[in-house]
Amino acid sequence: MTVVPTTGTATPVAAPVKRRRLRFVANPKATTGLVILGFFALLAIIGPWIAPYDPSGRGNDLLQGPSAAHWFGTTHLGQDIFSQVVVGTRSVMVVGFVAGLVATVLSILVGVTSGYLAGAGSEVLSALSNVFLVLPALPLMIIITSTLPETGTLTIALVIGFTSWAWGARVLRAQTLSLRGRDYVEAARATGEKTWRIILFEILPNLTAVIASGFVGTVIFAVTLEITLAFIGIGAGGDWNWGTVLYWAQSQQALAQGAWWWFVPAGLAIALLGTALSLVNFGIDEFVSPRLRGGGKTNVKTADGHTVRMRVGFTPVLAHKTRPEGRETP
Amino acid sequence: MSYLLKRIAFYLFTAWAAITINFFIPRVIPGDPVQALITRSRGQMTSDAVQSLYVLFGLDKDASLVEQYFTYLGQLLRGDLGLSFTYFPSPVSQVLGDGLPWTLGLVGITTVLGFLIGTALGTGIGWRRGSWADALIPVTTFVSSIPYFWLGLIAIALLTGPDSFFPASGAYDNGLVPNPDLEFVGSVLRHGLLPAFTILISSMAGWILSMRNMMVTVASEDYVTVAHAKGLSDRRVMVSYAARNALLPNVSGFALSLGFIVGGTLLVEIVFSYPGLGLQLFQAVGAKDYPLMQGIFLIITLSVLLANFLADVAYLALDPRTRREG
Repeated sequence: MTVVPTTGTATPVAAPVKRRRLRFVANPKATTGLVILGFFALLAIIGPWIAPYDPSGRGNDLLQGPSAAHWFGTTHLGQDIFSQVVVGTRSVMVVGFVAGLVATVLSILVGVTSGYLAGAGSEVLSALSNVFLVLPALPLMIIITSTLPETGTLTIALVIGFTSWAWGARVLRAQTLSLRGRDYVEAARATGEKTWRIILFEILPNLTAVIASGFVGTVIFAVTLEITLAFIGIGAGGDWNWGTVLYWAQSQQALAQGAWWWFVPAGLAIALLGTALSLVNFGIDEFVSPRLRGGGKTNVKTADGHTVRMRVGFTPVLAHKTRPEGRETP
Repeated sequence: MSYLLKRIAFYLFTAWAAITINFFIPRVIPGDPVQALITRSRGQMTSDAVQSLYVLFGLDKDASLVEQYFTYLGQLLRGDLGLSFTYFPSPVSQVLGDGLPWTLGLVGITTVLGFLIGTALGTGIGWRRGSWADALIPVTTFVSSIPYFWLGLIAIALLTGPDSFFPASGAYDNGLVPNPDLEFVGSVLRHGLLPAFTILISSMAGWILSMRNMMVTVASEDYVTVAHAKGLSDRRVMVSYAARNALLPNVSGFALSLGFIVGGTLLVEIVFSYPGLGLQLFQAVGAKDYPLMQGIFLIITLSVLLANFLADVAYLALDPRTRREG
């Protein structure tokens, strides 16, 4: 007797849950971003195998424009730029994700700890993240990396990760501070749950969106920083990345020689990857805060041909002859 | 007032942290950079200069770390940042003095202008959500993802040339001597135009996006609805009610991301060979000129802190709540 009603209520509940899971992917911005991101991830894995030439290998076609043999043209040494960009994807993606991961873990440790625990320790951690936040990242990275004996892809990724956690920590701290006082957390504390359990199972799940958006933001930051460093000649330790391509283009006066193909593909790749990551971040933002979602069409034509702009809190009167200017009324 | 005092204390602390980082980092450099410099200078250095370099690099083996630290602080207070390798035998402070005005002029003006224009555009786009203005969002997202220096490269490739109005490099015509006459000022403006536009376009995009999002959020607040209900003009509601409140997070965002923006704009100087701190930093990296690198890091950090403080004062003026707390 009791079995029938429970199965009866379970079915309608299951359907909305499923739909909610897919809501993030259903967001067109997030989907576009994820597809582009997937393309670059694939390129990062298979890049070295599908590259038609050795990116450092010299050829006989010096400074040639794009052709069937060399899709993105060649450098002053006859190197194939298409291969350089394809092979360079791996270094860019590795730095982005390793730095993003390191910074996110650090920001969770610092942010959530300083947000949840009160007292002097919390203040010190908060001050520490504020200091890292205002120190200008690029000059700091330059003086750190210039003193390192070896600057491969992984070293750069770790240095970026260890210096760029502050933003995430600050956001997480603010969010944790507001969660700490909520009733359900108080209840968990009252029932005698251990602190680590409250943080892991009550606080962290509610920070997922903030953590995710912080991760994506750090990846954008790390990729830009790595490429910038490579462009000014730091960290180009044999590994190809898009910044290294631009570094050679700049130092070999590609501009003066009119070799636009040397720097356009790498720059477009950076912009495309950055756009994809931003789109994913917008998707997360809109997922969390429905107000930001595109309002669709908000300009509505009234019956007498006037345009009314729909706005939250207003009920436009669509056909009202006495108000020729079509004003909205509350 | 206590709010301002707190901020000042924080900035002093951060400045101290930056100086301390600057002190410790060269102490992990392997090898003896000073010896290399002495060799390169071929005996033209006074023993005082050599000694000051040894203190700067922590190679003064007789002194303890604490002693070294205080000697270093003393040198800094006297404005002694050591000698530059690349511009040898000029002291770093003199090299920085040459570069700083150009950077302040170019980066300072464009960063503030970019913020103001971007915020104004974002206000409009956010207020007219759902209209044609929304089409600008994907464009600004794309532009904000482009590194500053790459946009500069494209601008040089497209707009400069032998018979173009825009020069591709430098801050003024080579033949001119810096003095405040009309010809020189005109030349400076002409050289600054393209780098300035590059920075403006890239930095504006981010402010448009964040201001747009804040406006969209604020536009559905009750006090905005009430303002409309009172029959105030749409423009008045947008500027005095919605934008004024949406501006606050943007101003604190401006303060926080300043360090990042300045990093990006330094790169524009490199691309345009603009004789500011960015170009000097680039040369210092190429020549492994540690004293110059450190001096530039220090002066950029201090400028960013000062700018942050000014942004705090602006915030104070905009938000009465911070004043009441004090």
